[in-house]
Amino acid sequence: MQATIEVSGLRKRFGRTPALDGMSFTVQPGQVTGFVGPNGAGKSTTMRVILGLDAAEEGYALVGGRPYASLRTPLRHIGALLDAAALQPSRSARNHLLWLAHSQGLGVRRVDEVLEQVGLTSAARRKAGGFSLGMRQRLGIAAALLGDPPVLMLDEPVNGLDPEGIVWIRGFLRSLAAEGRAVLVSSHLMSELQDAADHLVVVGRGRVITDTSVADLIAATSNGRVTLRTTAGEPAMSALAHAGAIVTVTGRDTLLVSGLPGERVVALLNANAVPFSEVSAHRATLEEAYLELTRDAVEFRGETR
Amino acid sequence: MTTTVNRSGPGGPARLLRAEWTKFRTVRAWVVAMTAGSLVIVLLGLSSASGSHASCDGGPTEAVCPAVPVGPGGEAVEDKFYFVHRTLAGDGSITVRATSMTGQIRKPDVTPGVRNVVSGLVPWAKAGVMVKQSTRQGSAYAALMVTGAHGVRMQHDFTHDVAGRPGGVSEDSPRWLRLTRSGDTLTGYESTDGTDWAEVGTARLSGLPARVEIGLFAASPGDLTVTRGDLGGSVSAVRFTEATAVFDRVDLEGETSGGAWRNDDIGVTEAPDGSPHHPGRASESGGTFSVTGVGDIAPSIEGQTVERTLTGVLTGLIVVIVVAVTSVTAEYRRGLIRTTLIAVPRRGRMLVAKALTIGTVTFAAGLVATAITLTFGTRILRANGNYILPVSWLTEVRVVVGTAALLAVAAVLALALGALFRRSVGGVITAIVLTVVPHVLATTSVLPDTAARWLLRLTPAAGFAIQQSIPEYAHVLGHYAPIAGFYPLAPWAGFAVLAGYAALALGLAVVRLRRRDA
Ligand SMILES: Nc1ncnc2c1ncn2[C@@H]1O[C@H](COP(=O)(O)OP(=O)(O)OP(=O)(O)O)[C@@H](O)[C@H]1O
Ligand SMILES: [Mg+2]
Repeated sequence: MQATIEVSGLRKRFGRTPALDGMSFTVQPGQVTGFVGPNGAGKSTTMRVILGLDAAEEGYALVGGRPYASLRTPLRHIGALLDAAALQPSRSARNHLLWLAHSQGLGVRRVDEVLEQVGLTSAARRKAGGFSLGMRQRLGIAAALLGDPPVLMLDEPVNGLDPEGIVWIRGFLRSLAAEGRAVLVSSHLMSELQDAADHLVVVGRGRVITDTSVADLIAATSNGRVTLRTTAGEPAMSALAHAGAIVTVTGRDTLLVSGLPGERVVALLNANAVPFSEVSAHRATLEEAYLELTRDAVEFRGETR
Repeated sequence: MTTTVNRSGPGGPARLLRAEWTKFRTVRAWVVAMTAGSLVIVLLGLSSASGSHASCDGGPTEAVCPAVPVGPGGEAVEDKFYFVHRTLAGDGSITVRATSMTGQIRKPDVTPGVRNVVSGLVPWAKAGVMVKQSTRQGSAYAALMVTGAHGVRMQHDFTHDVAGRPGGVSEDSPRWLRLTRSGDTLTGYESTDGTDWAEVGTARLSGLPARVEIGLFAASPGDLTVTRGDLGGSVSAVRFTEATAVFDRVDLEGETSGGAWRNDDIGVTEAPDGSPHHPGRASESGGTFSVTGVGDIAPSIEGQTVERTLTGVLTGLIVVIVVAVTSVTAEYRRGLIRTTLIAVPRRGRMLVAKALTIGTVTFAAGLVATAITLTFGTRILRANGNYILPVSWLTEVRVVVGTAALLAVAAVLALALGALFRRSVGGVITAIVLTVVPHVLATTSVLPDTAARWLLRLTPAAGFAIQQSIPEYAHVLGHYAPIAGFYPLAPWAGFAVLAGYAALALGLAVVRLRRRDA
């Protein structure tokens, strides 16, 4: 069984709005793949298509090389968390997992194992309706782990978790990937995936914008940029702009300079007698790289359009 | 991957059923409601049985009701007629010519207090020749007869009826009737001239003793009038009638007991003072017999039925409907349906497994309830002096198991409606409108009989026919209407209508579930 998800040329419309517009990517085993994009980019829709819940008008999605509908015990091939609130409130956590286990030919032992794994053992016999959001997320993850699947797919698992929970889930995802599983995690906040994702599939308006490793993306975004710290912002900007650089004000006394190497910046400032306290090569954050990428792809920009 | 998964386990369909059963039993409200539904059936049934008392008016004190005769087939019968007979030993035959058949019918009084009697025959007035095991009511017999409006008939053992030629009897067109006994076999013949004979039918009365009673008889069932009630339903009334037939050329063959003919008013009703009420009579002069009879020789449809104990089923059904609809709409309400479909991508199978689960659970709960209710309900009714029309144990099993199956199939219908509507309110209301409402309308005094019958043919409520323990007899005039417990379709035919609706709804639900995004 290949530990992969393969999505190819998915197209789907809801009414006249295209939700997926040629979505294609592959999720590799042994790493956490971040699936990022702004609200409405089509992440959840893609996941529903992968799970056979929604039908695509064009294209296909495979799990471990097979269409989802052909899987007889699908939870042994892929574990998914779509909506942690999808629970029968009066059913206990353990019983929720139990019927899922029975549907896959699994027994109660496996249920107790996954409850232990997500740290819900003590709450196992409580009604799921009384669970906090964090506990529901854990229960959803337990359900995804039930069939010990080689592929995991989680839609915004960090959503609504407290910082402690976020740290837990990041570590948990990393350990699952370390076991050789393919892990796809969606988020509309890149910062949530910082330190967790190895690979990124950035989407916007129903298609992939970038499919790259995190390391490459940061390097590419940082490339050729210089951070300048100076109290004389005005003269510095005019001197550098004159020489063809693009200068952005990023703080009260920090400027971001692109288009000129660091040595030229220092030389120009010295030549124009502009005082400065620091010139350094810029190291982009994941957030920054992401904003750069999705600038054109954001569908809902808010008031400042 | 560090954990190992036990990959053995039951196969596909069994897995789905097990999962759905786990789903059902782990929601306490559903289990409690289903149990409550059963209890409702038992408690309503037993309490209505406890509240139903009957006694026979014996003057100032209440008396034990007279025993109702039972026919050879075990059914309650009316065995009331005037019999002019002799004893026949071994094989033999009787041949007569019927030259006249007349009668009287009491009609509703026009002037209060003054009996309004007109001359005429009711359709099933009957007179002719008979061979009967004994004069005991309910004993085996075969009879060949002319009737008020149904021509010549050959009948035996109350429930069997074969038609001969149509037409009545008069001086100008007499009818010859012949009944022969040969061992257990009785054969009826008719003729218009006494020369050309046509066989009407044969009856096999197994175990008929060598000595039997053979002779002439007359009977006339009460006149049934059904009028529309004030509330729109119908009211039926039965009034006195009698029939008189004249026979000449009476010829008896075989070894008959010597002496005169004996006259017996079989089953005549006694008035409180011990005198016969509406007696029959007979006379003979010069070999011509005139026989006048009151009553009928037919299965009885008057009395309580075993299914009357199952009055709580309608209320129980409402509870079952709510549980069945909710068990599927709850998944839509929480988005749990997606989790289910992720676990079981074969949607049709998933829904069928759900339907089977709710059906099985309902059947089990319903069976316990109906078995207890019918068993103890009939005991209570009898202890309270009520007469319950006897039925075979097979019929009782059919009523008990059939009612449980009716609940189960209605639950499947309700579940399918829930899946179609995806909303509890719409599903519950539609299911009740399809099953409970037509039955209530048809069996209370709201609709005319015809409309009631159509409702119970065309709607899923037709399934209630499975509860009918006493059949409708073509040769017994009765008020065979839903309000009297008679369904227009045969038990299993009515059940099939309900099952058809359930299958259709489930099919549509599967198609809709398959086509649409979840
Ligand atoms: N069931 C639906 N009916 C109609 N439109 C839908 C439906 N589901 C999604 N859409 C639309 O499809 C597009 C993609 O939505 P989707 O939920 O896949 O985005 P997303 O990337 O998951 O967004 P978010 O980050 O907000 O979760 C959006 O325009 C959305 O409005
Ligand atoms: Mg989403």
